[in-house]
Amino acid sequence: MIDVVNEPKSAPMPIPASEPVRRVGPPPVGEQPALLIEHATKRFVVGRKKKSVVAVNDVSISIRRGEIYGILGANGSGKSTLIRLVSTLLTLEGGRVEVFGHDVARDEMAVKRLINRVSVDAAFFKKLSPHENLAYAARLYGLDARKARAEAITILARLGIGEKRLGRPLEQMSRGMQQKVAIARALLTSPTVLLLDEPTTGLDPRSKLDVQSFIEEVRDTHDATIVLTTHDLTEAERLCDRIGLINDGRLVVDGTPAELKELVARDYGKEPSMDSVFMTFTGKSLDDDIDDENEDDD
Amino acid sequence: MSIATRELRASFAFVERNFNLTKRYWGWEVAWLVYSLAAALAVAYIGVAQNDPVLLQTLIIGAIFWNFLSIVFGFIGETVTWERWEGTLEYTFMAPVRRYTQLIGSTFFAVAYAVIQMVVILIVMLFFFDVEFTGGNFVTAGVFLALGSISFVGVGMMAAILPLLYVERGDQMVFVIQSIILLFSGVYYAPETLPDWMQVVGLFSPGTYVLEGIRGGLIDGLPVTALLNDVWPLVVMGAILIPLGVYVFGIAERYAKRTGKLKRVG
Repeated sequence: MIDVVNEPKSAPMPIPASEPVRRVGPPPVGEQPALLIEHATKRFVVGRKKKSVVAVNDVSISIRRGEIYGILGANGSGKSTLIRLVSTLLTLEGGRVEVFGHDVARDEMAVKRLINRVSVDAAFFKKLSPHENLAYAARLYGLDARKARAEAITILARLGIGEKRLGRPLEQMSRGMQQKVAIARALLTSPTVLLLDEPTTGLDPRSKLDVQSFIEEVRDTHDATIVLTTHDLTEAERLCDRIGLINDGRLVVDGTPAELKELVARDYGKEPSMDSVFMTFTGKSLDDDIDDENEDDD
Repeated sequence: MSIATRELRASFAFVERNFNLTKRYWGWEVAWLVYSLAAALAVAYIGVAQNDPVLLQTLIIGAIFWNFLSIVFGFIGETVTWERWEGTLEYTFMAPVRRYTQLIGSTFFAVAYAVIQMVVILIVMLFFFDVEFTGGNFVTAGVFLALGSISFVGVGMMAAILPLLYVERGDQMVFVIQSIILLFSGVYYAPETLPDWMQVVGLFSPGTYVLEGIRGGLIDGLPVTALLNDVWPLVVMGAILIPLGVYVFGIAERYAKRTGKLKRVG
């Protein structure tokens, strides 16, 4: 099923025969969504003139347990703001967000125990080693630091980081390695909803592939629902069960990658590719978006 | 796991993290210790130059205990600043940890760190200067140090909201508050030395009562019971400022979440 411009989602997605276990699509009536975003709205007041900017505008998304939901959009479209609203790092102006039925505003602590987030900048104490950072995370989430250490070694070994590297400061590691440690840190807490905010942005191709494979492995082996924001259309197509495109704070379309490609081919007469989908619904090519990003950096 | 156990374990996260950071930034720790020692010695030599044993005692007490109190205040006041520098503020604020748990952990480490530095400076001071506190009441000094720590934690918590609210200037504001407390609290001189209006302002500083109490104990040998006029303001300040600090910090956190200031790195 394809949703264009926040149409209500009520009909359950049929389960494909080739994927009997994983259920894709908005949850049917009566099934509790893993993540429910209803009419979420967030405004910021910016600049000296106190201009009001709507970063997230009446966005509604319902994500089923075990799904990987991708959020695509140009820079400044509201992707990260949406992730921050779910992460309890921002408060809503309107609408509601629920994680397994827990409202982010009313039941913040319960939501915090269910989620974890990996941000684009791998937020660590860079002078501390991976072990020290992971011990800090484990204690914050009430885990046994020794058990967490053993588990971290296993996860990081899977990501190609040997135990002997875990005692050195993180600042001595490449960005790719730091991002892998960030993912290991998030998984340590066994989140039921994992928010990945551009986890592969800026990584070299090898690290990017490692991280992508690991996300697939997490999808297949952990009972985690994943929300992934990315600029990488190939990555989104490879990893995500469904994708929502956000433009100027609004969710303009959502569906499976196949459905979205079919939509642009059928209704817009364009090549059935994710690039066409991105262009059609954001009015930008990915190259334009990257140029914008570079200008922002400047 | 009970809530208390979970919160205690979580508060230890901040103790362990700060210990690890101190270890990793050991070069800066040595530099700050040398600076604190040099500053304390330089101030104390004024007493030697005046050939006045009581002045020397006054200055030594001021230097050592101000160093202690300013460390406690600084650690708490800069709780948010540290996280902003490192870029971990959002990560910590997203964790299922109550803010008072974070502040308890930060306070515990700050007091332990300040005690260690105070002992080191005291030992060096005794090595440099022929000063004795033979008639001193060390119990009184200990009580005032403990009460002072509590009050300074309260003031520190109030100050800690500034870096949360003012991303670029908050840390500077904390530094200004610390400087003002130094000036008005009679750290190196009796508060009566100050102009009347400054003495009135000094009445609102916990430093004034801590320093008076410790000097009363160590120089005059007075028991705590003889210094109750300095005790009750500290008790009242601690009882009001700590819960108020946690409450106001909560308001500031909600404001930061509403305006998006947690994201900013300063």
